Amino acid sequence: MSDSPLHQRAQRFLSALRHCQVLGMQVQHAGPAGLTLRLPYSQQIIGNPDTGVIHGGAITTLMDTTCGISTICVLEDFEICPTLDLRIDYMHPAEPHKDVFGFAECYRVTPHVIFTRGYAYQDDPEQPIAHVVGAFMRMGKVAPVQRPRESKA
Amino acid sequence: MTTPSLDELVRDAHARNDYSQLIDLIPYARLLGIECLRLGDDMVLRLPANRDTIGNPMLPAIHGGVIAGFMEQAALLHLLMFMGSPHFPKIIDFSIDYLRAGHYRDTYAQCQVWRQGRRVANVAITAWQTNQTEPIATARAHFKVDEA
Repeated sequence: MSDSPLHQRAQRFLSALRHCQVLGMQVQHAGPAGLTLRLPYSQQIIGNPDTGVIHGGAITTLMDTTCGISTICVLEDFEICPTLDLRIDYMHPAEPHKDVFGFAECYRVTPHVIFTRGYAYQDDPEQPIAHVVGAFMRMGKVAPVQRPRESKA
Repeated sequence: MTTPSLDELVRDAHARNDYSQLIDLIPYARLLGIECLRLGDDMVLRLPANRDTIGNPMLPAIHGGVIAGFMEQAALLHLLMFMGSPHFPKIIDFSIDYLRAGHYRDTYAQCQVWRQGRRVANVAITAWQTNQTEPIATARAHFKVDEA
């Protein structure tokens, strides 16, 4: 799975984002149904020094990146898609010393906007630490012809 | 659990008008290089331009997640310093609207606490670069502020 073209595209995309490299983020899985990234636990992203819990900002960065790159799962060619908005609801705090995974999928694609949703989790995707929705603007290509999606990857 | 030193640090920071010790407590705030500027009764947070915060290599632009993290941290510090709650508030939800690209330059943020109840605080955050009237992003967050 890890050498699928979609996985490689996700990896190329992620490796171009310097801040994500600083955080050590990796592509866990990329498929037609969505994208999963991994954010390794590290001392530098602690937000609460009393508990060692990761800062919400690092989770937001993980989820903004996951939602943003998940657009490649539904677009035939690379397009620049800046974030319009993002909302995160925290179900419970992340446990210290554990990596965080972010999953995102595109649930609606229009000629100008892509609607994404996802969640962040540690051990169990059924027990997410946060739910996320985000809208992304399509800038790269001018109103490309919408073709039915083919699941090639 | 709150260490008594947090309360002292906040009082000390206000007295000396130097918030660096307080910010240094928080590793993520150190990673982003956040600074606090006190202008009379107003507090403005600064996110210095730093190559390590870049998300879009082409513009180049600051990663949207960094802008959001900076704004969340601004709200946290604001609550910590002004609302007499010397413990770390816990984030409940966070919502951000991106209005303009965050270019590779210094970014500023200011907060407005619209409501602080006994349990929950609602904070609005504005981030700008060149001019405060042209924000690059606006956000709002809820925090749990009770001690429990």
